[in-house]
Amino acid sequence: MAVCVAVIAKENYPLYIRSIPTENELKFHYMVHTSLDVVDEKISAMGKALVDQRELYLGLLYPTEDYKVYGYVTNSKVKFVMVVDSSNTALRDNEIRSMFRKLHNSYTDVMCNPFYNPGDHIQSRAFDSMVTSMMIQVC
Amino acid sequence: MMSKTDADIRFGNPAELHGAKVQIPYLITEKNTFKRMDDEDKQQETQSPTMSPLASPPSSPPHYQRVPLSHGYSKLRSSTEQMHPAPYEARQPLVQPEGPSSGAPGAKPPRHQASLIRSFSVEREPHDNNSNYPDEPWRITEEQREYYVNQFRSLQPDPSSFISGSVAKNFFTKSKLSIPELSYIWELSDADCDGALTLPEFCAAFHLIVARKNGYPLPEGLPPTLQPEYLQAAFPKPKRECTLFDSYSESMPANQQPRDLNRMEKLSIKDMADFPVPAQDVTSDDKQEQNKTRLEQNKIRLALKSTADEALPKDMSEDPATSKDSNSLKARPRSRSYSSTSIEEAMKRGEDPPTPPPRPQKTHSRASSLDLNKVFQPSVPATKSGLLPPPPALPPRPCPSQISHHNVNSECSAQPKPPTQLPNFGDFRLQKQSEQASEAEIHPQLNRAPSQAADSSPTKKDIPYSQPPSKPIRRKLRPENPAPESQEPSSTVGGAASAVTGKPHTAVQKQSSKQKKAIQTAIRKNKEANAVLARLNSELQQQLKEVHQERIALENQLEQLRPVTVL
Repeated sequence: MAVCVAVIAKENYPLYIRSIPTENELKFHYMVHTSLDVVDEKISAMGKALVDQRELYLGLLYPTEDYKVYGYVTNSKVKFVMVVDSSNTALRDNEIRSMFRKLHNSYTDVMCNPFYNPGDHIQSRAFDSMVTSMMIQVC
Repeated sequence: MMSKTDADIRFGNPAELHGAKVQIPYLITEKNTFKRMDDEDKQQETQSPTMSPLASPPSSPPHYQRVPLSHGYSKLRSSTEQMHPAPYEARQPLVQPEGPSSGAPGAKPPRHQASLIRSFSVEREPHDNNSNYPDEPWRITEEQREYYVNQFRSLQPDPSSFISGSVAKNFFTKSKLSIPELSYIWELSDADCDGALTLPEFCAAFHLIVARKNGYPLPEGLPPTLQPEYLQAAFPKPKRECTLFDSYSESMPANQQPRDLNRMEKLSIKDMADFPVPAQDVTSDDKQEQNKTRLEQNKIRLALKSTADEALPKDMSEDPATSKDSNSLKARPRSRSYSSTSIEEAMKRGEDPPTPPPRPQKTHSRASSLDLNKVFQPSVPATKSGLLPPPPALPPRPCPSQISHHNVNSECSAQPKPPTQLPNFGDFRLQKQSEQASEAEIHPQLNRAPSQAADSSPTKKDIPYSQPPSKPIRRKLRPENPAPESQEPSSTVGGAASAVTGKPHTAVQKQSSKQKKAIQTAIRKNKEANAVLARLNSELQQQLKEVHQERIALENQLEQLRPVTVL
């Protein structure tokens, strides 16, 4: 369902970015990059309140004519950005939330690996397969 | 025989890469030859090369001495060999015929029994009894398992508890595999993704590493023979001496016999429940097996603990050819580890070494020097006080003691202050004040100086005299204020004391002498206490400095490790 999934580190560099239509990757990379501003905006807006009250799921960051971009932030300021096809109207908010939850769980599993240095690119095959499972449904 | 094996090997190698049995070099040459006969008789599959142990685990010097491999193989393997071939022994008979077959390098890597440094002396799985699972190279043989268990124990004495991620990382990094590969192996083996390895998880990870070093490509998913349930089920009891040649199939049915249900619990349950069986359908048999394995695992773990001692001699007996050094080396950690099987003790023990206390020596010297200075050179108090600020807790102390310590001592007026050691602070004040006091009042009863030092001594309570204002004289915190005060009350007290002393003069004198002695003992005690406190203070300060330095170093490291932002 997602056409592009990206994991951005706290310092706003990508730990993992992958898109399905591999020919147009640059466009997706750019969209993810620009969405970071929106993410930061949402974080800071909510950050005035206690962090506890801040929800991890940020919701729709911004829509374009073709795509919708959703965001999710963890408590350690790691951001997940997902780009979905606008034509896929069957996607409900709950499904997006569940997808982010799966992403978060897989990310946690990657973190648990002692051979993973925080800040490295994510090369875990389990993570890859999980993301693929999320993206494959588009086709 | 050899040629047949050779042909099998060659023939089967391409296909065997994933299905070949793992061949482990034998412990002894005799065993090897014997085994070979067995193998050839029973098994038609090519023997996959021995699992290469981790490259250079210093903690596991050749626990099992390997039969020397042929030079041909060692040559073939030399490229992949990075570890010390010292413990590695090639198996002469088997190697020679296979030398010429080295023309198939692709197939050869599996054949390398001389694989790597840490070759196991595990007996090769001779037969295909475990034909339930086709992944032969992923099957752990008995000796391999023993080896893994020993390695596990060297890292974590309690076989039923976890190896933490960092410990395992350090251990597996020694295998010199690349970090991504190790990361992937961890992913495969840590079934519950908790960042820690249980014994079956550890065995699986170890086995994968060995396989990888032997040239096997890593599987896409955890093979069924490496899954925690399977490993726990097939986990042979260490006390079983005869397991050398037992196949897994034999051990498994034996283990699957109904065990005491009372032994249920422990952490295996979560492994069972959570681990998804990727390539296998979880049939009802498997579930049954899992239940039994669960029980079995608990029982095994308890048995492991209880039979640790048995395991020790058994392992030693298994390796007659191995050098006693390796065995003793292995045995030593085992014996050490089994002195206590509790996790906390293990952790404590594990944590003891990392905290060597070199500091006390430095602080000791410093503190001792300071103490010495204070003790023996009271005339240089100013500098010392500058070096060590007196602990703030001290001030309240002298108050009661001073009160009590102001004894009516006839001769104490002339007593010098130096004996009353207040090392840290204002000795000069003390002297000054005492000088003032002595000037103001020469009455011997105001034995401020000794009383000040002996503030902590409770023996002075009996002294009726209470001279609160004179207390602060000693305290550096109230350097000057008490001085005039002390002089005034001291004068008044001195007057009263003089009146009092007029009557029971002799008694007072005796009393005063006793008190003097008591005061002196109190002074001594105070000096000691002061010395101890000063030492403690200096030690703590030293520790603080070191911690600061460590922190700075860590922060530097963190800065270095943080990757440069790329976009």
